[in-house]
Parts: sequence; structure tokens; C-alpha cells
Amino acid sequence: MNQDLLEVVIQRLCYQLIERYAPFTKVVFIGIQPRGVFLLTELERHIKRIAPDMPWISGVIDPTFYRDDFRRGDKQLLAHPTKIPVHLDGCKVVLVDDVLFTGRTIRASLEALMEYGRPESIDLLVLINRKFTRQVPIEPAFVGKSIDQYDRQKVKVLWQKDGEGENQVVLSQE
Amino acid sequence: MTSEDIELIFRHADEFKEVLQRPIKKVPSLRDITIANLFFENSTRTRLSFELAQKRLSADVVNFSASTSSVKKGETLVDTVNNILAMKVDMVVMRHASPGACLFLSQHVDVPIINAGDGTHEHPTQALLDAFSIREKLGAIKGKKVLIVGDITHSRVALSNIDCLQKLGAEVMVCGPATMIPKHLGLLGVKIVHDFDAALQWCDAVNMLRIQLERQETSVRFFPSLREYSLQYGLNADRLKKVKKDILIMHPGPINRGVEISSDVADGEQSIILDQVENGVAIRMAVIYLLAQKIQR
Repeated sequence: MNQDLLEVVIQRLCYQLIERYAPFTKVVFIGIQPRGVFLLTELERHIKRIAPDMPWISGVIDPTFYRDDFRRGDKQLLAHPTKIPVHLDGCKVVLVDDVLFTGRTIRASLEALMEYGRPESIDLLVLINRKFTRQVPIEPAFVGKSIDQYDRQKVKVLWQKDGEGENQVVLSQE
Repeated sequence: MTSEDIELIFRHADEFKEVLQRPIKKVPSLRDITIANLFFENSTRTRLSFELAQKRLSADVVNFSASTSSVKKGETLVDTVNNILAMKVDMVVMRHASPGACLFLSQHVDVPIINAGDGTHEHPTQALLDAFSIREKLGAIKGKKVLIVGDITHSRVALSNIDCLQKLGAEVMVCGPATMIPKHLGLLGVKIVHDFDAALQWCDAVNMLRIQLERQETSVRFFPSLREYSLQYGLNADRLKKVKKDILIMHPGPINRGVEISSDVADGEQSIILDQVENGVAIRMAVIYLLAQKIQR
């Protein structure tokens, strides 16, 4: 998926969010560290262009301390910042991540999110939904694109950094 | 520990400090881990800080105090620890009066051990939280000038601070009576001065050490009187007013108010003494969390 197609998909997601949540009262968009934050930034850019008068409240959450693979294996887990600007009691939360794979990151993120209050609802927005690789019962409400990749195949979302490179989605065989 | 290890600890301490600001100040990471705190010496800050850090990580904690244990009946260190480990304890935090006690213990038991202070040797987590506190206020440690003042000879805090700060690229100077500075300390690349006022003009942060009266032999006098020590090396408001820039004031605690530091300076705007204490919990959470990754489920 190249940059132009990615822009169309992200715009469509923005219109879906506006359709569901306008006028964005007590709606909080939370990007999952580290890669959901890039998608959140793109969503913010588009929504502020499409609907500049609507309030935008966003934060980022890091699920590292809630992961279930901690101390299972040699992989060093690295923490990232968490910044939730408001108490989430009574808020509608949209969790944002780039790729939904097994669902375990989302499970950990949900547990982390509950430390900040009791949201009225939590919905999941993902750019890429890998349909056949789920290991926990988690499904997104908003999907950029669903794909049928299996475990052995990799999906990578590349984000432009400091004006260098292109936003794109790359599929590859391991 | 390398500078990369220290930066990794700082990175995690930043995030644990955020955890400590939350309504629910806990993460579930270590809920299946049991940690024993073995304190063979008195402690307020370090003991409480470690215990809080462990509980914030959801670990189970057992506390051991030598004064009420079978150590009084002559039980050895290794026997004491092996008995505790037989009860399925996963990690040990130890403070002991003998330098090298933790290293000795690590050669006899197979669990991660954190040194909470071993005699006059080292106090690694204190140095980490001191450097973390400086970084929080002044940015990157590299190039910063840090002055350590007081009883350097008997201070494990001083030795650990020198090691940590130098690894991070700071310039370190020590100041105190010649009787309280080890003879060959210069071999560590540390500047040594005895003029406290001149040293204060040089530094960005000053770490005031407590006069450790309990460590000094009663037959040996390292200075004529507390009053004279305080006149020469005590930090008070008059002395601080003469310093041209706003330096950070630090102290590892406990404070001898009116001896090495006056109350108005210890409680003043430039003091980050209580920030150090707050940061201590976050730093210890980071150390315990990173070390616990070695304990496979």
C-alpha cells in the first residue's frame, strides 16, 4: 500500500470516526506506543483539516508493564512514555494502533488503560487487521484494511520521519 | 554497569515516575515474584524506598532485620540467605556493614542480588537516583560539574556517585578536610580541593554528605569539633548567597541539621533533597524490573 492509497484509507477512517463520535464531546483518542502514535498523528492531521471546530483530546499509552511475555524469552522489553491528559471516567476512548496481529498488545493496553478511570466505552481502530492470527478474542471497530496474512508473513507499516521517506505498508515473507 | 545500562535504567525510571503519578500507582509486572529485603544495618529511606518500589511492581515482599533475627545467635550470612531462599524467594536486596558482602553472597547463591549499601564501599542505587535527579533538573549529565562535600573516606555514596557521574561524562570534584579524603582518590580522575567557597563557585550541583559519626573510631578525631567542621564545610544561607549561579543542593540523608547543612538551605528553593527521595522509588523500580527480566517463568 503506497503513500497515496494510505492517505485515502486514513481519510476514510477519519470520516468514520466523525460519523460515529461527532461532536467529539468526551472522546479521547489514545495511540498505543510505539507505532500507534504515528497513526494517531496522521488521524489528528486529517481530522483537524476536515473538522477544525471539533475538539481533539489525545494521549499515548505504553502497555509494556502489562505484557504477558515479560520474563518469557530473552527479548529485552523497552518502555515508552505514557501520557493520558484526562481522567477517563465517562469518556469514549478510541484506541489506535497500526497493525492488529495476535491481539495481546491490545489486551495489555486495555489493562493499562483501566488505571486511568472507567471509560464509558472503548473502541479499537487499526490500520491493518491481520484476520487469521488472533490469539485472544479482540476485534477492531474501525479497520483500514483487512488482510489474510498468516503467521510466517510479515506486515510492516513505515512512517515518514522528519520529512524523509514515505508512509507505506509493506508485506513480506519471512 | 556501563553508561548504556545507566541510560536504560533512567529510561525506565522516567516511565515508572509516571506510574507513581497515577491514581492507581501499581503495575502488575512482578506479581509472581517474591523479594527479600535483608537489612543488616539501620535504614529509613533506602529500606522504605525499596519496599515501596517492590510493592508498586506488585511483588511480594519479606523484610528481614538483623537485630531481631538468628544472626544474633551466630547464624552466618550464607546460612541466613539460603534459609530464606529455601522459602522460594526470587530476589534479594541487601544492606550489610561489610564491603563486598553482596559480591561474596553472589558467589554462594543463585538469585539476583541488589546492593543497598555495603559498608564504606558502594551504594549504587543512591548514585543512580542522584544522577537521575541532576538530569531531571539540568538535562544531560555530560559536562555537568558536580561537587561532593564531606566525609569522603567513609562514604559509600561518594564512591558510587564518582563512578556513576564519570561514566555519564560529568566532571566530579570532592571537597572536605584532608583527614576525610582518601589519599589516592585523585587516581579516579576526581579533582580534590579543600576550599569550599571556591568549589561552590565552580559547580552546577553540590552533594552534601553527612558526617558519619558512627563510623569514626572514638579514639580518632578527623576534625577538632563539629562547630569547626560546620564553619569550614557547612552549607548555610550566607555561604550560598555568595555563589554566583543557582546551584542544585543535594543530600543523601539523613541530615545533621546545622552541621553539614543548615535548615534554611536544606528546605530552600535550590534544594532537591525531597526530589531525590521521590526519584529513589522510581529508580529502584527500574532496577528491580530490569533485573527481574533474568528470572524466567
